[in-house]
Amino acid sequence: MKSLLATLALTTALTLPGLAMARPVSMTTTLNNYGGDGAYLALYVTDASGAYVGSLWMAGGKSKYYEHLTDWYRATGGDTAQVNGITGASVGAGRTFEITLDLADALFDAGYTLHIDAAVEDMRDSPNEVAIPLTTSGAGTPVNGRRYVAQFAYDM
Amino acid sequence: MIRAIHRWPVLLALALVTVLALSGAALSVFPAAERLSAPQPAAGLTVAALAERIQTAYPGVEQIRRSPSGRITAYWFDQGAPGAAVIDPATGKGMASADPNKTERWLTSLHRSLFLGDGGRIAMATGAAAMLLLSLSGAALVARRTGGWRHWFAHLRGPLAARLHVEVARIAVFGLVLSSTTALWMTASNFDLVPAGVGIPSPIAEVSGETGAALVMMPTLGGTPVAELRELSFPYPDDARDVFTLKTDRGIGYLDQGTGALLGWSDMTGWERVSETIYMLHTGQGAATLGLVLGLMALGVPIMGATGALIWLAGRRGRPRIRGNQSAARADTILLVGSEGGSTWGFAATLHAALMDAGQSVHVGPMSGFAPERYTGAKRIIVLAATYGDGVAPASAKGFLDRMKAAGRAPRVPMAVLGFGDRSFPAYCGFAHAVVAAVQAKGWPELMPLDRVDRQSPQDFARWGQALGEALGLDLKLSHQPIVPKAGKLTLVSRRDYGAEVQALTTILRFALPPVSLWQWLTGTGFARFKAGDLIGVMPQGSAVPRLYSLASSCLDGFIEIVVKKHPGGLCSGLLTALEPGDSVTAFLRRNPGFRPGRGSAPLILIGAGTGIGPLAGFVRDNKRHRPVHLFFGMRHEDSDFLYREELFDWQDTGHLSRLVPAVSRAARPEYVQDALRRDGGQIAALIGAGARVMVCGGRDMASGVADALAEILAPTGLTPAVLKSEGRYVEDVY
Repeated sequence: MKSLLATLALTTALTLPGLAMARPVSMTTTLNNYGGDGAYLALYVTDASGAYVGSLWMAGGKSKYYEHLTDWYRATGGDTAQVNGITGASVGAGRTFEITLDLADALFDAGYTLHIDAAVEDMRDSPNEVAIPLTTSGAGTPVNGRRYVAQFAYDM
Repeated sequence: MIRAIHRWPVLLALALVTVLALSGAALSVFPAAERLSAPQPAAGLTVAALAERIQTAYPGVEQIRRSPSGRITAYWFDQGAPGAAVIDPATGKGMASADPNKTERWLTSLHRSLFLGDGGRIAMATGAAAMLLLSLSGAALVARRTGGWRHWFAHLRGPLAARLHVEVARIAVFGLVLSSTTALWMTASNFDLVPAGVGIPSPIAEVSGETGAALVMMPTLGGTPVAELRELSFPYPDDARDVFTLKTDRGIGYLDQGTGALLGWSDMTGWERVSETIYMLHTGQGAATLGLVLGLMALGVPIMGATGALIWLAGRRGRPRIRGNQSAARADTILLVGSEGGSTWGFAATLHAALMDAGQSVHVGPMSGFAPERYTGAKRIIVLAATYGDGVAPASAKGFLDRMKAAGRAPRVPMAVLGFGDRSFPAYCGFAHAVVAAVQAKGWPELMPLDRVDRQSPQDFARWGQALGEALGLDLKLSHQPIVPKAGKLTLVSRRDYGAEVQALTTILRFALPPVSLWQWLTGTGFARFKAGDLIGVMPQGSAVPRLYSLASSCLDGFIEIVVKKHPGGLCSGLLTALEPGDSVTAFLRRNPGFRPGRGSAPLILIGAGTGIGPLAGFVRDNKRHRPVHLFFGMRHEDSDFLYREELFDWQDTGHLSRLVPAVSRAARPEYVQDALRRDGGQIAALIGAGARVMVCGGRDMASGVADALAEILAPTGLTPAVLKSEGRYVEDVY
């Protein structure tokens, strides 16, 4: 466990490219047709006590909007360094967004939860849109989001 | 230079700026509409009371937001389904859909990024930068044109397009500067170029872990009026460690859901306040009236774009190419041009060609490039100087006077100055006079005394050319055709002759309206649109110089009417006075916007003699709104040259004309118009004191006599003809 945390502290992200103790995990997020601009999505992980561990991905490039991803913003203090190098474009309504990351094995079946915060301009903020425990058995089982996310699933 | 800065970005960014302005104007309506439709909470309503009401109506409430317009929106979860509504603060219940307005969203995307994401944002920011540059350079031009910043709202004259351009600009520029500056800030903020970021409350206490405090028991919520609320987010239902998040105008804080205690607070940073103010100034959200005003000002942009393009095209068309220009060092004649709109360059080209034909080597250049030390081979310097505004140097003569003053000892090269201007302006050829004064102060030898060309008159120019030819010992013929207007064929319908019995034939010629093409009709060119007081030019055979006649009718009258007096040996008047119905003549239209009665109900004092009655009769005929009109009409014989006699009496009966004062110079009691004016001096002074407008048309001697008489009449009131002229209340059409 200590080594994992040390690794986390080093990379700030939870991805460990090219390491034997990591495996590729593909995450698929499908958005509703909520009738608005592109959604900002923050994908991050908390531990069993609910404390923020690290970010996996930030969909949305303008940091001035990050405050609307309220839980993520509160957990990180709006620190853009948390998503340096793991930031992409926002996701349009009705679109499907897929990423594949090399996640550390130690993240699975250890009480970690993956969260998605979502926000859309001029529409409600939706923190904790998705909260799904990271387990090997849960892979491939889609869950529904609260407002903007129609469906989310991770596969490995 | 300012002109060049002002022009090029216009053409490049015109389309972009127009899209920005129109979408911005459309968007400005939404905050005002929202402000009007949003019910305002009762004074003293606290966030606690409001939140309590909403929670009663929607137990699953998650977030309450208040927009700058005061509109309150609630978001909730009910049995797993999200809901939202605009809330009536009096009941806490939903009253309208909270879905964002599709049109507004669409317009916003267009306005800030052309639907193109970051690339579009940069393009639109470039448009905003262009708008700012245009506004600032345009403001400098307006100040120059009106004669300084203190005269910002001075009365304007000139062609309609140019006038409209400045009229709109000097009001809209304030809004455009504000909108474009704030737009640039917002774009910079969007690309993280200015500091931003919302403060995070630093925890001052631990979460209690309890739940269930009543909203009304939370002191922070109870102490916050709804008017200060931005946003209140509720904790997750099953998470005892979650908190209430409250955002107000002052900052952001966390509240414990079990005890209601304030767990942390962060005041809004200075940068946030600046950003918010700028956002408000740009969008009008929270300042709806300002938004509407800015939107209205933005509507001026397409008008200024169109008129600006017209001005530019007119300037381009008016500037001819000068062939075979000699270098300044080798030329024996240096021809310096001070032109604003480009028409003086046309005269320069004509003079250049004529001097070249006469075997001279000529260098043509702008007055601003004046460099006497380079004129090593020069035998003479000729200056053609237009005037801008109130005697100011025109664009291509900027800095001439300074260079002149700074120049060393005057070389023995004689100089001639020809001024171009409009006699109806108070500072007629004012800049040319300033140049002559500077030349004399420098002790420069004079080739010829100052001469002046009124309203691009080819006759004036030809006359001066003759004098120049004599001074140089050359046979110089300057036949200048300023602009080549599209001529049409006019067919005579009727003629009425006067004065034939006293060997002074004067005739009122009435022509049919020529057919107008669709293009002319759309653009208002040719004979599609004209007013009494405009001019028609007739080109007699064997002359390249058109003769101009004032129109006595407007296009609405359905005919073209002029008054022509036959001059002994007159080429053009001979041709016209010989026309019989059915005959036709080729003519073009030239606008004369400086000589119009204008709108309004102020009395008109029309003063004319001889054929000068023409446009004045046209004004009376068009006076359908029965504005008080006093007509002083000078003639020789009451029997032979009382032009428009029957109509004038009729118009008195119908109320088109209030008073007719004929002045007959060859009668038992001879009288000129100026005598008639003096006789009625008291009344005239009273009329002018009450805002009357004076319009004079006729010969030059008559006009100066009238000016002297008016000066006497007005002396007791403290007004002078010069003051009236500067106010645009005293205009002349003199020939």
